Amino acid sequence: MTTQGVKFYQVGSRAVGNRLLDPSLRTEQANPDRRNALNSGHRACQGCGEALAARYVVDAAVRATNGRLLAVNATGCLEVFSTPYPESSWQVPWLHSLFANAASVATGVSAALKASGRDDIRVLAQGGDGGTVDIGFACLSGMFERNDDVLYVCYDNEAYMNTGVQRSGATPPAARTATSEAVGPQPGNRFGTGKDMARIAMAHEIPYVATATVAELHDLEAKVERAMSMRGARYLHVLVPCPLGWGSAPSDTIRLARLAQRTGLFPLFEAEHGEVTSVQPIRGRVPVEEYLRPQKRYSHLFKDPPATAVIEAIQAIADRNIQRYGLLSEEA
Amino acid sequence: MDKPFAITLDVRSSLANHTGSWRSERPVYVDGLPPCNHACPASEQVQAWLYSSEDGSYETAWRRIVNDNPFPAVMGRVCYHPCETACNRAQLDTSVGINSVERFLGDEAIKNGWLLPGPAAPTGKRVLVVGAGPAGLSAAYHLRRRGHDVEIHEAGDQAGGMMRFGIPTFRLPRDVLEIEIARVLATGITLKLSAPVTDLAATMRVGGFDAAFLAVGAQLSHRAYIPAGQAARVIDALSLLGSAADGERPALGRTVVVYGGGNTAMDAARTARRLGADESIVVYRRTQAQMPANELELREALEEGVQVRWLRTISQVENGTMTLEKMALDDDGVPRATGEYEQLAGDAVVLALGQDVDRSLLDTIPGIDISEGVVQVDATMMTGAPGVFAGGDAAPSARSVTVAIGQGRTAAGHVDEWLRRSPATPKPEPQEPVSFEQLNTWYYSDAPHAMRPRLDAARRVADFTEVVGGLDADTALYEARRCLSCGNCFGCDNCVGVCPDNAVAKVDVAHGYAIDYDFCKGCGLCVEECPCGAIVMEPERS
Repeated sequence: MTTQGVKFYQVGSRAVGNRLLDPSLRTEQANPDRRNALNSGHRACQGCGEALAARYVVDAAVRATNGRLLAVNATGCLEVFSTPYPESSWQVPWLHSLFANAASVATGVSAALKASGRDDIRVLAQGGDGGTVDIGFACLSGMFERNDDVLYVCYDNEAYMNTGVQRSGATPPAARTATSEAVGPQPGNRFGTGKDMARIAMAHEIPYVATATVAELHDLEAKVERAMSMRGARYLHVLVPCPLGWGSAPSDTIRLARLAQRTGLFPLFEAEHGEVTSVQPIRGRVPVEEYLRPQKRYSHLFKDPPATAVIEAIQAIADRNIQRYGLLSEEA
Repeated sequence: MDKPFAITLDVRSSLANHTGSWRSERPVYVDGLPPCNHACPASEQVQAWLYSSEDGSYETAWRRIVNDNPFPAVMGRVCYHPCETACNRAQLDTSVGINSVERFLGDEAIKNGWLLPGPAAPTGKRVLVVGAGPAGLSAAYHLRRRGHDVEIHEAGDQAGGMMRFGIPTFRLPRDVLEIEIARVLATGITLKLSAPVTDLAATMRVGGFDAAFLAVGAQLSHRAYIPAGQAARVIDALSLLGSAADGERPALGRTVVVYGGGNTAMDAARTARRLGADESIVVYRRTQAQMPANELELREALEEGVQVRWLRTISQVENGTMTLEKMALDDDGVPRATGEYEQLAGDAVVLALGQDVDRSLLDTIPGIDISEGVVQVDATMMTGAPGVFAGGDAAPSARSVTVAIGQGRTAAGHVDEWLRRSPATPKPEPQEPVSFEQLNTWYYSDAPHAMRPRLDAARRVADFTEVVGGLDADTALYEARRCLSCGNCFGCDNCVGVCPDNAVAKVDVAHGYAIDYDFCKGCGLCVEECPCGAIVMEPERS
């Protein structure tokens, strides 16, 4: 994804900015005049991946649309911590209605703008994994089917976090949540369930589907940019580690997102009209254990004796992703 | 109140909510100690001058070097660069070619005629420096910069000491040395050549000197008794190197045996090859593991066809042959004679068994303590005689050019304090160098070491042309940019980007970043994602 062919820089182009890099090649986050769509004072936990991703995505979208952007929000952490009445952290026009209907509201906003001849103003809808893959699933599927002109962004922290860490359709196997406790013969979330929302979106053959993480900022911004250059229904799925729900150190949020990608558990790719068009190859592959171990939601796997079979089964998921998307094609 | 339906409160910004109160630890920017700086015998601020080089500010970079060491072009050729050995980048791919960048900067300075900083306001104090080797010149430079009147008395007829007589021209071309010495002297230092000091007290009285720095070096070759028949050619390494440096080309014969395992032995063996010896054989009584010669020098010597006989001593030299005795290491690693002998054909033997300090001056100074062959000094490098300081090879030292330059600089500081009667600056708390583990190396691109061009081994031994070439500007820039900037911010904006609370802002390139503690929740993401470990968490004071 990175587009830096000039000279070698200390940090290549992976860091947020770089004093040696032409400003146009730095990320929007390095821009002192970035929108700061989600302002300070929000009530997200320390080290919140979702707060970070929301600012990354919306700031990039603001840049891509020259500030002509309107955001719709589903109920969820992001809505709760950003907008406790009457305060708001948002520095973009922002709408919240219900848990389930963010996609439908966004459709309506988009249609209204079009009807009033203001389709230069672009619409972004956003929600957590619960509001996206479970509660708002039907609305979102409808939005895809109608190819409404909305970029829908799912910030996936893999459970219902603000209500107390209950399992969602995006919770990975073996993860402990309040409703998939680490007890019994198969502790944690069951294998063989859950929804791969990016692939479901692809199955709708919408113009654009992509995955991203908070660890790959250049990649994430490039995908938002690409999405905003298109019309029709677009979907971006962003992995956002949650220190509270994952039982990880607040300072580890980005590291975990990076490990999720480097293990193969969270593949980074883009797809257009149902076909994968690009993948981000893994740079320095690591076994899944490195990703699982720092998270308390997996601590039951590392007791004495460790749950080797379960770890192997999770490794098999990573291996399958690597094979499916060809994640070792370059730089392996 | 004119509010929309169901709205009773004014809309407010979340900025009213100061989340900084959640914090139990706060991130703080620090300047860590980069391992290169830590390892530099001349106390160069390596990371800082690499930082300046990274955006092409070569003059600024050079000025940062000469703040500590006035010989960048010499250093870039002869330093054994312990900085590169310590470099954290070695654990990522290969260490940064610090030495090659230093040489590039040194050569740029020569090309552009950059001058050293001038002296401070005159102090009215006069300092005598005895010896114009690296330690003496370095001390003179730093004393002069502090405003003292400095006079160097050199016994020989040329300045440079071991830089001139101990280092072959194929490692350090003389024009480079001349320019850097001249530049030091041009700061207003008087150099008296062929002016051996025989009575220090008298010289100081006559010259009105307030203090003296003795940097007389160690140029007496250590002799070993070897029974030698008539017509056997035995010479010492320093005379060989000295005459070769003066342009003489003594004929040594077809096979030259060099006795010893230090850097001088390597230089002598390489010189012998250039003087026409088909075979240049180093005889050393221990193994490679114990060899004092720098690995780099050994490697370059081997590339040039120098051979080494490990675990051998020379017991007798006859015309055309010598008898070697085999040694074996005992359990303590000490070589022991085995009583087994072998013959080796050789036309000349070059002794490179170490050097001793010439005590002729030192022995006349009351109060000076000489033990283990060197002048003993206290923590401020002062000898037993008040106001008389000593450094370089004559004092306890690791005996390399860089170490001597570092000692000259340190001594200058102490002499200055003594002259001003100011209390010694307390030594800063020893700081641990930044370790590889403190870095977040994921952010760094893989980029292998840029190699300096080298002459082919076959061409090297043909004459005394410099073996190692310099980097071109593009490559030097690339090499400087490989620096990981351990422990010191280099302006990557990561902290600004990764803060979920927008609590980090860029001030400007010169002043770095500022954390807004009203909103910083203390999550530590900026610390974790800082590539170079320049931010640390500190407990919040209650």
